[in-house]
Amino acid sequence: MKHPKNQEMIDRLADAARTGRISRRSFMRHSLAAGMTVSAATGLWTAKAQAEPKRGGTFRLAQHDGNSGDSHDPGLYESNAEILLAHTFRAFLTQIMPDGTLAGDVATEWSASEDASEWTFKLNPKATFHSGGKVTAEDVVASMNFHRGDDSTSTAKALMTGVKDIIAEDEQTVTFKMESGNADLPWLMTDYHLVILPRNEDGTANWQSGDGCGPYRLDTWEPGRLASLTRHEDWHGEGAYFDAVEVIFINDPNARQTALVTGDADATSWLENKTMALLERHPDVDVINVPSAQTVTMPMFCDHEPFTDVDVRNALKLSIKREEMVDTILFGAGSVANDFHHSPAMPYYPDDIEQRTYDPDKAKSLLKKAGKENLSVTLHSADSIATGAVDVAILYAEHAKAAGIDIKVQREPNDGYWSDVWLKKPWCMVAWGARPTPDVMYSLAYKSDAAWNESHWQNEEFNKLLAQAKSELDDSLRAEMYRDMAILAKDDGGTVIPYWMNFVYGKRKNVGTTGEYTNAWQLDGYRACSRWWFES
Amino acid sequence: MGDILGLVAKRLGLGLVILFIISIIIFFMVELLPGDIAEAVLGQGATEENLKALREQMGLNDPAIIRYLGWLKGAVVFDFGRSIVTQEPVISVIGERFVNTLFLATYAAVIAVPIAITLGVIVALLRNTIFDRVVNVLTLTSISSPEFFLGYILILYFSVKWSMFPAIASLSDGMSFWELLERTFLPALTLVLVVVAHMMRMTRAAIINLLASPYIEMARLKGTPPWKVIVKHALPNAWAPIINVVALNLAYLITGVVLVEVVFVYPGIGQALVDAVSKRDFPVVQACCLIFAATFILLNLAADVGAILTNPRLRHPK
Repeated sequence: MKHPKNQEMIDRLADAARTGRISRRSFMRHSLAAGMTVSAATGLWTAKAQAEPKRGGTFRLAQHDGNSGDSHDPGLYESNAEILLAHTFRAFLTQIMPDGTLAGDVATEWSASEDASEWTFKLNPKATFHSGGKVTAEDVVASMNFHRGDDSTSTAKALMTGVKDIIAEDEQTVTFKMESGNADLPWLMTDYHLVILPRNEDGTANWQSGDGCGPYRLDTWEPGRLASLTRHEDWHGEGAYFDAVEVIFINDPNARQTALVTGDADATSWLENKTMALLERHPDVDVINVPSAQTVTMPMFCDHEPFTDVDVRNALKLSIKREEMVDTILFGAGSVANDFHHSPAMPYYPDDIEQRTYDPDKAKSLLKKAGKENLSVTLHSADSIATGAVDVAILYAEHAKAAGIDIKVQREPNDGYWSDVWLKKPWCMVAWGARPTPDVMYSLAYKSDAAWNESHWQNEEFNKLLAQAKSELDDSLRAEMYRDMAILAKDDGGTVIPYWMNFVYGKRKNVGTTGEYTNAWQLDGYRACSRWWFES
Repeated sequence: MGDILGLVAKRLGLGLVILFIISIIIFFMVELLPGDIAEAVLGQGATEENLKALREQMGLNDPAIIRYLGWLKGAVVFDFGRSIVTQEPVISVIGERFVNTLFLATYAAVIAVPIAITLGVIVALLRNTIFDRVVNVLTLTSISSPEFFLGYILILYFSVKWSMFPAIASLSDGMSFWELLERTFLPALTLVLVVVAHMMRMTRAAIINLLASPYIEMARLKGTPPWKVIVKHALPNAWAPIINVVALNLAYLITGVVLVEVVFVYPGIGQALVDAVSKRDFPVVQACCLIFAATFILLNLAADVGAILTNPRLRHPK
């Protein structure tokens, strides 16, 4: 017999799970605490708690970062509005599931050669374009080649540099031939640029038409204003419960919040952290708060005085109070980082590395050792980087005073920040979106010869490990390598990383979800339109 | 009447010259902004190679003067070219948005102008009473608050607390006219609150100014009731300054409403202009600015013509 109080708690848990207020992980933890066995709790989660999704209704979504200049060109995808639409009317080879694992989208299965230099993807025979044609291997080849070659304007070109050739083996099989092994290729295929497009007669990809093979068909789209979509009945995936989707692009955070509160929208992307606590009290609104791999970094040029000295770099890393930043800048919606760019939301996260804490005395002694007492450095920042980016810099300057370091905060104009400050100034702040794997992140911004090696960090061992890990198919060995690299980046690298920022977004209570949300993008990896449903 | 037509023609010609000068100024101002279009379009993801490819595609390697002249050639025949970012014709990018802006401006003006002038007449009549003071304080408060603040206050009461009007003024096709009026009521009301004070104060001042004139004294002496003195005797002579202020405010309703558009998510032209500037989309910026400049020129012209028509002395200059 169960204790009545526990029974009451189990009922409450089941209710919370049904309405999506609780994740599977916390559901299990609380259920076990209430005296249930693991199998009973699992059964309850799948059977009782997780009500069957219902079909129907028009899902009205308020989305931020919509611009009148948004376009269909996947090579120029940059705004969140474009990325949301990419996941709604177009499809990818693979996708990241709410529990963080990789699953197929247009591809059903994939396999690698021994050295991971050749990857073969089998396509889903049920996948069709909205215009009617089947998705063939030729379409995939055309879509991928759009991001390769000399005359490509795609910003995803860097992702495809290791690809030597892409071959359509037969109607349903595509092979990627790489110059060297890359065990992450299936993860790379979730990148928001790499949508599957229909092929033109001449073998180029047709992005202009707005045709796609995603769960919804794009009926009208007025960039920066609204988009309306209806379900693609022949969609190859599971889900797409809403009959139709209406996206309103609302850039003003207050207006998005109002739309959610008044019921003009059923869900909204990006809520402001400062009003999060108040919104949580609203009876009809659920605030969803998901840890993610997005962050701000502060890379110092390791080949530029005074950052050439590793003691100076580490003194600066020791002079920041990370917890306070999470509390005051993020209002608690985040977690402290540890100066290596590998978040707990990515696979292979090494969770046993000691957290660096605020220690001005140690910083002082390091500076003394380096002969750089009374260090004075300039940190460049701008408001547009991330919410509170300038405040972070100012707070940091205050913290560093205790270590005798004078950080001068220079506020730069928002306009032209990425062309005039980033990669140009020896120490600045940078915003990074979530990347799917540590390899992508490190190859992009920490590899010695990467175009975006923002800290000019050269570490032979790190680069060797990076190359090794890239083609290593054994997961435990890979995890070991990423752990070693994290320690190198933390203790020798030139990048201060204060925290990881959570995704904070919202939905009305009557919108049903599985209770788990991927940390790839907002709104369940921007797949809310096909993964969520109306309860009533 | 012939004089008026001549005047209109002359002013229109002058307006064209001003437009031309403005287009030059805008073009080179945008040119002065840091960064270039290719960088703005590609954002953080830009690399040397794809910047080069994109610049080539967009024709950015030509000198600015060549690009300007090319654009001007099209603009003369109302072909503003294609948006650099989306490759769509500029007309289709901003055409519908401009219509929306005009609709909202008209909606606000239809409410605001009669209210402002009526209130102006009434407070002139009841000047220095409690009513005059209260109306002045209220309208001055609303004109002194930033538009977005007024908008939020209206949203808080009218949509969040009382659920009377929608907070989001997004439009969709197939809305009936009444639905449209209901959806856009709050932004229109915000604009009304912003412009009423200016017009009302001007009406009041213009009338009070005239009340000291001998002919008003005469009317009063022969026993005309005060409201008739104002409406029949003072108002006709006060039209000229009132019309000028109304025209200025109408121009403001068209060109200065970007904050209201953002707060209420209204798809107007202001938002399009801000987006275009941040993306360095020259053709769209140029077209928007020209539209704004033309609006000012035309409304000023209308104000002058209106002033002349209401004042026989100006119609027959010596």
